[in-house]
Amino acid sequence: MIEALKQKKYLQFILLLIIFVVLCMVIAPSDSNYLWRLPPLIKDLPLAINDSVDFAMFEWMPIEVYDPEIEEFEQKPLLKEVTRVSSGFILFMIELIREILLGGVKTIVAFMGWDWATDNQWARWPALPWTIVAGGAAILGYALNGFRLALFVGLAFTYIAVFGQWEPSMQTLSFVLIAAPVSVFLGLVLGVWAFRSRLVESILNPLLNMAQIVPHFSYLIPVMVFFGIGDHAGAIATIIFATPPMVRLTLLGLKKVPPEVGEAGLMGGCNNWQLLTKVLIPTARRDILIGVNQVIMQCLAMVVIASLIGAKGLGNDLLIALNRLRIGLALEIGVCIVLIAIVLDRLSLAWANKQTDYFADLSFKQRHKYSLMFGAVFVGGVILAGIGSLIFKEGFNYLYLIPHNKGITTENFWQAGVDWIWDTFFYSLKSFNEWLIVEVLLPVKNAYLSMPVAATFVLTMGIGYIVGGIRSALIIGGLLLFIALTEWWDRALITSYLVTVSVMISMTLGIVVGTLCAQHPKSSRFILTYCDTFQTFPSFIYLIPVMMLFGVTDTSVLIAIVVYATIPALRYTVEGLHAVPESLHEAGSMSGVNRLQRWLSIELPVSFPHMALGVNQTVVFALSMVIIGAMIGTDDLGQLILGALSEKNGVGNGLVLGLCVAFIGLAIDQVIRTWANQRKEALGLE
Amino acid sequence: MSTSAANSSDALIRCDSVYKIFGDQAKSMLESSGGVVDAQKFQEAGCIVGVNNANFEVHQGELLIIMGLSGSGKSTLLRCISRLTDATAGNIYIEGEDILQMNNKQLIELRRNKMGMVFQSFALLPHKTVLENIAFPLQVKGVGTKESITRAKEMVDLVSLSGRENYFPRQLSGGQQQRVGIARSLAIEPDIWFLDEPFSALDPLIRKEMQDEFLRLQGVLSKTILFVTHDFDEALRLADRIAIMKDGVIEQLDTPANIVLNPATEYVRNFTEEVPREKVLKIDSVMDPYDPSEEISDLKVPQDAIIETVAEAVLTAGKPVGVVNQAGEIVGALHASKIISILFGGHANTPDQQNS
Repeated sequence: MIEALKQKKYLQFILLLIIFVVLCMVIAPSDSNYLWRLPPLIKDLPLAINDSVDFAMFEWMPIEVYDPEIEEFEQKPLLKEVTRVSSGFILFMIELIREILLGGVKTIVAFMGWDWATDNQWARWPALPWTIVAGGAAILGYALNGFRLALFVGLAFTYIAVFGQWEPSMQTLSFVLIAAPVSVFLGLVLGVWAFRSRLVESILNPLLNMAQIVPHFSYLIPVMVFFGIGDHAGAIATIIFATPPMVRLTLLGLKKVPPEVGEAGLMGGCNNWQLLTKVLIPTARRDILIGVNQVIMQCLAMVVIASLIGAKGLGNDLLIALNRLRIGLALEIGVCIVLIAIVLDRLSLAWANKQTDYFADLSFKQRHKYSLMFGAVFVGGVILAGIGSLIFKEGFNYLYLIPHNKGITTENFWQAGVDWIWDTFFYSLKSFNEWLIVEVLLPVKNAYLSMPVAATFVLTMGIGYIVGGIRSALIIGGLLLFIALTEWWDRALITSYLVTVSVMISMTLGIVVGTLCAQHPKSSRFILTYCDTFQTFPSFIYLIPVMMLFGVTDTSVLIAIVVYATIPALRYTVEGLHAVPESLHEAGSMSGVNRLQRWLSIELPVSFPHMALGVNQTVVFALSMVIIGAMIGTDDLGQLILGALSEKNGVGNGLVLGLCVAFIGLAIDQVIRTWANQRKEALGLE
Repeated sequence: MSTSAANSSDALIRCDSVYKIFGDQAKSMLESSGGVVDAQKFQEAGCIVGVNNANFEVHQGELLIIMGLSGSGKSTLLRCISRLTDATAGNIYIEGEDILQMNNKQLIELRRNKMGMVFQSFALLPHKTVLENIAFPLQVKGVGTKESITRAKEMVDLVSLSGRENYFPRQLSGGQQQRVGIARSLAIEPDIWFLDEPFSALDPLIRKEMQDEFLRLQGVLSKTILFVTHDFDEALRLADRIAIMKDGVIEQLDTPANIVLNPATEYVRNFTEEVPREKVLKIDSVMDPYDPSEEISDLKVPQDAIIETVAEAVLTAGKPVGVVNQAGEIVGALHASKIISILFGGHANTPDQQNS
């Protein structure tokens, strides 16, 4: 019996389940019973964090600073000065780009002062007509990758202008144009540093792991405390969030450069800098470009979230539209965000892939083709704006700037669509909604909440032990212990319930649909393109259509999570199945398997480790969406984090809550990754 | 081999007691061993011996091939001499200068002006075209775009890749990629040319073609060459001298003929056993002393001809054949029986046993 238990993992799991159930039944739900709920021993941790942040910000390391206003030296805390100066710089850069696009006076003020600007009213930077910006962007696309990209970029900008989202879009753009390059640069620097030094890598690695799972909202609060509120704070929060994937992919790419290529660079006589910039980074560019792409996507995903701490632009409008349930408007804004994301992505990709022609013997006209074209567009735009001012004598000059929300709009159409759906399907939707909540979600939720903490620990640590031995069990136990000792264990259980339910649905959907699509090259290409496209969308966008159908309920959140989290499940399934070597298929065929046997006995086992990583990604995606779901109303950790944003001393709460969410993710990650690695090794895949 | 002073003769590269040992305590273990390295003992201590006491010279214009199976340390030795890895102990002189003492700047200078290297996996930069790859060493050196591209274009012609200047490496076949690798390594007109298993990743037919191409280039350029291979036939075909390595030790360093005729160790003999001698040996290694009283044929053969190339003529001559040196003087006589024993004889009466 003992021997069998040692050999057979499923027996171990069964035994574990039995112990778990028994514990659940035996332990009585009572607040004084520590087996039921642990006492919130680290309840004061948030307060301690608050105090230390306050100390660091307002008292630590005072320095002498010259204040030009009162013409005297003053004592100021170091950190506050540092953050003040860096915020000022970032804000200046954002305003500069913004005013080039939209016009304004702040840049001039920055150099000349308010008094001068008030006295000299003529000194206003005029906005560029939208035609020039759109035309210029199209020329850039043409210069980088030819006519098709130009057409796409031009149309995208025209859409933005025509639908009356020009101003917020340019605000968002100016903020992304600062945040994205800074993130890329920081990511490159840190990635290279980690590549050069083992120590740095071992320090960065756990930080990067955490950074990917800690919910976006949690970053906002400390950023708000240190940097205040405004576009710069939004940009900084975005940079913090967008840099980790860049670091990771830079490091990955550099590590994958074959050693001989580096040696070839050295033998070519490169010094360290040349080796890095001309050999290693370009050779690793496939991964680095994926990093850039990730940065751009993260930046736009953060657009909405950054608006919570004062970033102007589309994100803010989208939030308002969602709050007012103006689905059509939200949809149009969402499209703008997606368009900007795709435009930036395609342009950066084309730029990185551009090559020089050394043999072209160019005339002046050819060499300055693009500058000349831009000149023409500029003059044309100015003339058009002039003509516009003659045509549209009253109201708005549509050829110069289309004011916010004064373009054409399809809002009424969508609203009518929503109304129609409500009118037609109200009862069926409502009854489905009610059935789902009452019959499925609530019972699961209650089951989760009625787990004694001891039973939870036995179950999770037991799984960790069976899969990865004592080390995994201890890591998982440690992570969960932290959550259990805060006062938010119940909230964490609710978060886990949402994640568990949605991950299970997503994985089932992903594996079934993914397997079906992987059967044919055309359908797999289609599904991978679908994944690419939908991953581009900031996660907020997913909330729009589900809210149209299900209103503000758990169902909406669940569906949004499922839609979002199915993407990695699909992708990893298709990729995993495709990675099964052709020779195995042939060996299977020659052994006479039918299709189902081939799937069950060859394809699934071989591709399962890869799919497991898909599960991992699905969990991460689901967790991040659960937290965003808080915006439309759930009662889990996410909602508390959102609440912490508006508290005076929210830093501690926000951080600890963020850690709780991250630890749930890390615990799941620990099990799945260990198991996947074991399988990979057993199959000889690595 | 030679252990003479650093400034001796025309040696372009000279290795003096070079060791390369991988592992954390390599240096201290080597010092305590006093230069006598027992690979087994080191391995137990967690050190891997890459190169074990290498001593040799490479002369101006010579093609030295380092031959060995995988793990024998041949590539490590090459990388020590190009200083891609730092040797654990010993001295490596290039033109009398100890490169192990050079600082980074001097080393870069040396590589920019004197060295070129070809890699087994080609190691082309994937983001650069054929032309840009070849121009790369010139550009990092600071040569202007126009000049470096002109020079690269010449190299493209030299390796017969005209018309593919703007291809990317991924669009080329293996043989073509290695032509680019060769062109790149020659772009700065190096004095010393390192080739690390340059043809091992190629198909046999392409490999033969590339070896011919290599011989053609060497005929034109006459570089000093260090060439690493695991293919003994390739070594015999190309080398002036061959160094055979095993477990980091150079077992034998000699001309192809001498290695075939006088294998120094059992290990080397294993390689030479299957080698068709007539394809390797030159006439002077099998000729007998010239006895003026003997009647010889009118046919004369040069003493440095490979046996295979003259065997048929000698066998059909009917009489012993005179062997002449470059000045045309008769230096020996060649009997048909010798040729027959080389072509068909067993190992029992191989020439070396009769001669030595």
